Order: sequence, then C-alpha cells, then structure tokens
Amino acid sequence: MTDVHIVGAGIHAFGRHDDKSGLDQGVHAVREALADTGVDWSDLQFGFGASEAAGNADAVLPRLGLTGMQFINVKNGCAAGGSALLSGYWAIKSGEFDLGIVVGFDKHPRGAFNPKPSDSGLPDWYGDIGLMLTTQFFGNKINRYMGLHGISATTLGRVAEKAFENGLRAPHAWRREALGLNAIMNSRMISDPLTQYMFCSPAEGGAALILASDRKMRELGLKGPKLRGAAVRTRLTGSFEVFAPSLDVERSPSPTELASKACYEMAGVGPSDIDVAQLQDTESGAEIMHMAENGFCQDGEQERMLAEGETKLGGKLPVNTDGGCLACGEPIGASGLRQVYENVQQLRGRADARQVEGAKLGYSQVYGAPGLSACVILEA
Amino acid sequence: MGLAPIAEGLFEVVGDTPHLIGGRRKSDGRMVFPLPTGPEAANFDAVRLAPEGKLWSFTVQRFRPKSPPYAGVESEADFKPYALGYVELPGQVIVESRIETDDFAALKIGAPMRLKLVPFKKTDGEALSYAFAPAA
Repeated sequence: MTDVHIVGAGIHAFGRHDDKSGLDQGVHAVREALADTGVDWSDLQFGFGASEAAGNADAVLPRLGLTGMQFINVKNGCAAGGSALLSGYWAIKSGEFDLGIVVGFDKHPRGAFNPKPSDSGLPDWYGDIGLMLTTQFFGNKINRYMGLHGISATTLGRVAEKAFENGLRAPHAWRREALGLNAIMNSRMISDPLTQYMFCSPAEGGAALILASDRKMRELGLKGPKLRGAAVRTRLTGSFEVFAPSLDVERSPSPTELASKACYEMAGVGPSDIDVAQLQDTESGAEIMHMAENGFCQDGEQERMLAEGETKLGGKLPVNTDGGCLACGEPIGASGLRQVYENVQQLRGRADARQVEGAKLGYSQVYGAPGLSACVILEA
Repeated sequence: MGLAPIAEGLFEVVGDTPHLIGGRRKSDGRMVFPLPTGPEAANFDAVRLAPEGKLWSFTVQRFRPKSPPYAGVESEADFKPYALGYVELPGQVIVESRIETDDFAALKIGAPMRLKLVPFKKTDGEALSYAFAPAA
C-alpha cells in the first residue's frame, strides 16, 4: 500500500466574518491549498467535504469547477472534518485514487445553541427543568476529574492563558490578544468551575488539505508531511458524554482513548515520540483531560506540567500552538482540519512566530458530540 | 402535595419515600434512567431505584438557560443559580439531577445524597419534579 502525504494546505481565518458565507470561506481555503501546490482543481480526482451548519459541502463544486470528480459530503458530529480527512486517507491508501482534497467549513449563529430534547431522543422534562446544556456536561466532567486527580482551578486558567498567548502568534486565530490569568479566572462563571474565557465559542472558518500518494507527490515534484496514522472511534457503553440523564456505574475508556490507541498503533509510534500536539479544547478542562487520554501524561500530572509551562511554546510538548479552539473558536466542519493545517505548517517549518523548532511528528485529536474522537499523526 | 408530576412514570412514592423509576434492559441487565417509553419500553423492566446515593460529580448553572427548552417561569433578573450533577445509586445506575442546596461551596464528590420531590414552577403552571439534596 502507498503512503499518503499532505502536499498542500489552505485556511480561511477563523472568527466572525459578517460579509462572507461559510461556503465563501471553504472556497477560499481550497484556493489557498491549490495555490500552495500549483495543482489545478481539474487535476483532483476526489473530494470529501464537511459542513455542519453552513449548507452542503459539495456546494463548493460550482464555484471551483464542475469536473465530474467524486465528491462526498461527510457529516459526523464534531469529528466531521477529521472524518473527511480519514476518508481521503483511505481513498488513496486503497490504491483507488492518488490525488484529492478534503475541505471543511462552517458558520454558526452567535452564542450557546439551544438544542431540543427530542433531537437527542430525550423526554421533554429533561429540558424543562434545565438539564439540557452542553456547558453543564463540561462542568460536570472536569469537576469530577479535578476532584479525583488534584487539578486546581488555576490550572484551568493557565490553559486558557496559554491559548490566548499562542493565538496572538497565529494569523488564522480569532482571538488575537493576550489575556492574563486573573482576567480569565475572574471572568463570568458559566458552569463551575469553568468561566467565560475557559470556553470556546461557536465561530466561522474554513480549512482545506490536498492529499497525494507517494508516487503522485514525486511525479508533481511536491513535498509534504506523511500521514502516519488516522483513526476515528465512537463511544462505548459506560462513556460519559453530553446529554446523559443516566450513566453506567461501570465506567469505560473514552472514545478519545480508543482512537488514540488505534492511531499510535497504526503509526508505530508512542506519545513520547510526539513533538507538537493539537488537542480538542472545547473548554480548558477538555485540554487537561485530553492530555492524559491521548497518553501524554498520567492523570493528575497536568497540574505540574501547566505550572512549569511544559505545554507552552518552547516547552517539552507544545500543545495547541495556534491557540486551539479557545483562541480560534469552533466551526465544527473546519475545526479538526484546522488542527491538521496547524501541524502541517509546524512540520514544514512555516509556523513563523509559533514555530516548534525541529518538529518531526505532529499529533492532532478532535473530540465532540455525540461521543466520538478522530486522531491523526503526521510525520515531516 | 397535590401537584401533577412533571412526567408520568418518572418517580413514585412508597410509604413516605420517593423513588425514581429506572429500567433494566432484558437482554443484558444494563440499567438506565429514565425508564424508556414507546416501543423501546418493551425491552426494559421497570426498576424502583434507591432513594439514596453518593454525589458523583456536580456543577452550578450560573445563567438562566434558553427557552425553549427551559420551562422555568423565572426571568433573567430573578433567576437564581442552581446546582446539578450526578448521583451514584450503588449497584444500580448514576442519575443526573438538580441538587437542592444554596451552599455550593460545600458540595463534595462522594457526599451522601437523598432524593426528594420538589415543586417546579413552569410557564404553564406548577408541577412536581425531583431533586437530590445533601443527606446531612
């Protein structure tokens, strides 16, 4: 089987863009990725596209050219972008195609969304009495973790502080100003122990990656990081996920632990080999827990690691070098691809002010509703 | 209290003690709450859940949730933050619930909790709901 490489990457800055649709931002990202490679749209054999709230991803086709290519829309909750990438990976790995694109874009309304209980198969009373909020899930999950593993609220604040510091150095980030630890800790409490600036916001943006087989890459005279591993896994009975009126007493590994393990096995590397990581940080607590779930530390070690700056730029394992979801916001269709875009920039030495020197292996993990995770390992 | 329950089949009172009603799946014994309704109900046996358990985790809802789905009658101005979380009923299931307390700082994982039935003021009238409270 052939190796698969990412030979081009493009992005539309994340944030709020009142004058542009989600589709506009997706098309922008595709054009940037094409320009990055010199490949023509008409040369692409396939596409996989992800958009959760900004219409159908295949609406890019009339804008970019109706070439007859295979194009498939991917919907897979918060891992839609990661799933599109995985689909492209297998399309080439299988030998069926040797050049294609994955694109993700989105545009969400402002503020927390208000889901209907019936959409999740839940009874109305659950929403009536005030239990139907995603923010509560995040508060509950990190509060238990902190209680069991000795993580302090200050450590949650440090995660957000780092995110805004990094966002300042990433041209595609949304929030591009540093925010001190005190300002983060003292911002409005949303769902204890998480404050306003410890949560990411729904946002807009687009990202696109061009994939090629080893042979095609050489034929075109291109270069790019190799996809060493890619895996998507869903929840088990006994996993703690959003909107759960009950949980099983017997607990089980999270979908992230499953996807992570599968991805390391596929790549033949372990957590200690990774030079830079992009981890799902829907809120500060998620980054803390995902550090352990992806094998980068033992439960509870995060307290020391954050205090010593191990996950900052210049630290032992820089995490969320572009500010992650906290600084970029979370346009669902694009978010997982934004992580991979960031790793591609890091591995190609193009991350400028946020460059991790000599980065050879990049890890990314996107997690979300209704309980799934997608992990990717890239090698320079 | 003569209030109608917020949903049928959610809880029952035996003697003076309230119980939530859960379901045990016939195929594998997995316990869930609430007891499923509709066609799915045929796969479950009703189980009267333990009225006492231990706090598994908790958080505090600090702003008035959006309506819909929230049906509380209070406005943004007179909204009071409420605690909620999960209570582990030993050997059965971990259930989500509002936690009745004004002393949020005193909540601790592992603390004993007891079920009570509480009035809930909805926009279309008052109903009887459930909550766990510290079993001091």
